[in-house]
Amino acid sequence: MTTTLEGLETRPAQAWGSIRLVPLVRDEPVPRLRLHRRAFEEPVTVVDVGDAAYVSFIPHAFVATWSDDDQAQAASYGARLLERDTRAAPPRMPVRFTRRMARKVGKDRLRFLPLHLAVEGYLALHFGGPEIAWEEWSRRAVAHGLSPRCEESYLGRQVRGLEDALRIFEIHPGQCGVLVYVADTLASAFVVPHSDDYRALHPTLVEDLFGELIYMYGLLGAPARDLSAPIDPAGVRTLGDLRAAAETREAEWAAFHDEVMAGRLFDEAGSRQAVQSLHGFELTRFLPSFALGRENHIGEIITGGDGEVAYLKTFRLSEAQVRRGYLLRRLAEHDWRLDATAAALGADPAGLALRLERAGFGYLLRQDVLDHFRAQRRATSGPRRGRPPGSAPRSG
Amino acid sequence: MSETFADLVACEDVLMFVNAAITSTGQREFHHGSGEQRLSLEFLHEYMLENYRDMYAAVLALDVNDHNAAIMIRNLLVRAGDVGVERRREEGRLIARRLERMPPQRVYRLFRDLRRLGVNNRRTRAVIRDWMAGRRDPAFDSVKYRTAVKDAVRHAHLRLHGEQPSFLFAPSGVKAFQTPLYEQWRRAHYEQAAIYELPYTVAEGFAAKHKIPREVFLERIQHRMTRLERLRMQESAREAKVEAVRADLGEMPLTRLASYVLALPLDDRARRRAELTLALRTAARRVAGAARGSWGRVTAVLDDSYSTLGSGEKRRRPLAVALAAHYLLEALAKEYTPLWTSGRTDELLVYPSGPTPLGHRIIDALETGPERLLIVSDGWDNAPPGLAADVLRVWRTRLDPGHRRAPGQRVMIVHLNPVYDADGFDVRRLAPGVPTAGVRDAEDLPTLVEFARFAEGRVGLPKLRAHLSDRTARFLGEPA
Repeated sequence: MTTTLEGLETRPAQAWGSIRLVPLVRDEPVPRLRLHRRAFEEPVTVVDVGDAAYVSFIPHAFVATWSDDDQAQAASYGARLLERDTRAAPPRMPVRFTRRMARKVGKDRLRFLPLHLAVEGYLALHFGGPEIAWEEWSRRAVAHGLSPRCEESYLGRQVRGLEDALRIFEIHPGQCGVLVYVADTLASAFVVPHSDDYRALHPTLVEDLFGELIYMYGLLGAPARDLSAPIDPAGVRTLGDLRAAAETREAEWAAFHDEVMAGRLFDEAGSRQAVQSLHGFELTRFLPSFALGRENHIGEIITGGDGEVAYLKTFRLSEAQVRRGYLLRRLAEHDWRLDATAAALGADPAGLALRLERAGFGYLLRQDVLDHFRAQRRATSGPRRGRPPGSAPRSG
Repeated sequence: MSETFADLVACEDVLMFVNAAITSTGQREFHHGSGEQRLSLEFLHEYMLENYRDMYAAVLALDVNDHNAAIMIRNLLVRAGDVGVERRREEGRLIARRLERMPPQRVYRLFRDLRRLGVNNRRTRAVIRDWMAGRRDPAFDSVKYRTAVKDAVRHAHLRLHGEQPSFLFAPSGVKAFQTPLYEQWRRAHYEQAAIYELPYTVAEGFAAKHKIPREVFLERIQHRMTRLERLRMQESAREAKVEAVRADLGEMPLTRLASYVLALPLDDRARRRAELTLALRTAARRVAGAARGSWGRVTAVLDDSYSTLGSGEKRRRPLAVALAAHYLLEALAKEYTPLWTSGRTDELLVYPSGPTPLGHRIIDALETGPERLLIVSDGWDNAPPGLAADVLRVWRTRLDPGHRRAPGQRVMIVHLNPVYDADGFDVRRLAPGVPTAGVRDAEDLPTLVEFARFAEGRVGLPKLRAHLSDRTARFLGEPA
């Protein structure tokens, strides 16, 4: 998969504490694509879309009251492309106002529930579970796939410093996107087609979800340093030279950022799935290669006809999530056969089963199969050293 | 010249404190909350009081803001016993002079603070007594600041004359006052007509009590409003359709006026362009006075980025200072080029938005070949960060033509910063080679530019002391 941040220019970053925000600016907004009107129905912004033929999009996890049936609030499930004034609402799921789900802001306030569903459902979206009912898998895994599962994630306002950083961030004219770094680790990328859309959605980034890794990095609070090299005064003889040097410095920063800092945003070994296409715009979901010990981002992207990125939203997976994704990917590659997968991983089926259990997938395997593997492992690994848990020390 | 390291440190400490005392009001700023501001400021005050008490007191003579002046006076009185009689007398004179120039409500608040802290030494009682004795209209004070006056009187054991004691402490026992204002106040409790002779703030309370409609009240009270009360009420009076409340914009202080203009919607500003521009220019000319046109070629880099929004407590203050500075520099300069960071050119329609490409603007400014370059910004240079510092450094080390030819011809660059940075205990600086001074009101700009040469680190402690004692002498000498 090769995608770049085509059509977007990187501008100098603004840092606050350990948060670094890198603005992405477009010369011209993407024509014919805007945030769907419903995104603007209740809040203050009114968007004049003109009468030209246009396509709108509903971002993933956007919470709204869809007027065509009930009045209950619902979140869109995965981003959607829509024709203008489409009556039908996109696929959606009702918002449960529980503690973990992101909450409604005010009486008539709409807002994003960004990526929540992506995190909850990313495994279900991409791995439906075993297609062939091998005997090892539990009935539930066969019938329902991997869903539902819960993934741990943190609200943006729990990431230390992010709220302040977003508040004091100075939005560039024409800014259509931002890359969020915590302790110089890419946490999330967010791009919209039009700068007005961005301005409306900028504050919602605190409502976004971030993985455990990002939360921890926020807690550590290592300050983001200035990464650009100072101007070398040696070659400067006139003000013109100075201006040229300043421009070079900016270009160098942009190149460095795009190639190094954001270099792992799009994983070439990852997979992508085109979901929808409409009037030249294509909506795609992408998965990383789940390479262990490296950056892995999942996300959704809308590209225009010329490959320009119109909409992008990514989520950085935590290490545990990467491990889970890795296991599932390997299982899927081998048609969910335990022994074949274990052989490919260089382990025995018992080892793989226990590894699955440790990764939180114990419920997928039939209880008796799991117990069998446990017993087998105990027998082969010999007596355990140390006291078994719970036994009292012998008084001597 | 035998300048010791300790002298250098002292010099820097004092300058740091002066910058803080000019800019910080302990209120929320764009980047820092009010808690951080207070904590940071309190520390600086303690530090100065402990280490450089003589210079700490002398700072009262500079253009520090009233918030800090009040803290300084309080600290000096709390620790009055720490110094000898001579110094105490000197401090007493500085305090008395400063109190005369402070708005009475701030002075009364200071007195209440002293009461709360249990500070009641002889110096304190003398200060309160002298200040109260110097009030022009004690009856007016008693009505307008009734409780505060009571507290001050009790605290300093003041002896009152005439009807004042019975008005303050037992008004219910009096059938009729001789003093007209007291009598109006007594009658205002049951007679609507009487409230219009009271000070505006007092009348407002009675108006609420009598349930007088807002527009009727504003219409009839407007002759009792002060200049700033008028300016403040002007827009809400317009909404209430009371045309009588009209502030004469031509006599307003420059920075207040700039704040007022920035609070208006853009459409209003465009519609009243001639009126507002004239008012701003008049105010600027009044400040410039005899120095008009004497500054030669001036270029200003003025920050109108999003951070000049200030905070809920200091709304658009940094932008107002920049706007006021713009008009003042226009009056001071012979040739003047303003450069806003956003690239906009219509100064009347500025509003806070966008990033701060200070570095690029400074290059633009240097290209105009100015004699003086003034930068009004909060020092958060972010597009790209650090470019302004780089540009100024390279300019000073490699390009500055005057620097190599003759010291008199170099471009004078001064950075004025309206925002106190609580983390750094100072206003943020752009580059070590360029002096930075805190600024609260654009009106102080000429003195601050003069003061900024100390911040450059070229002028040592003896000169700073000389400057301070000169300012002190002028401060104490000039008539009220």
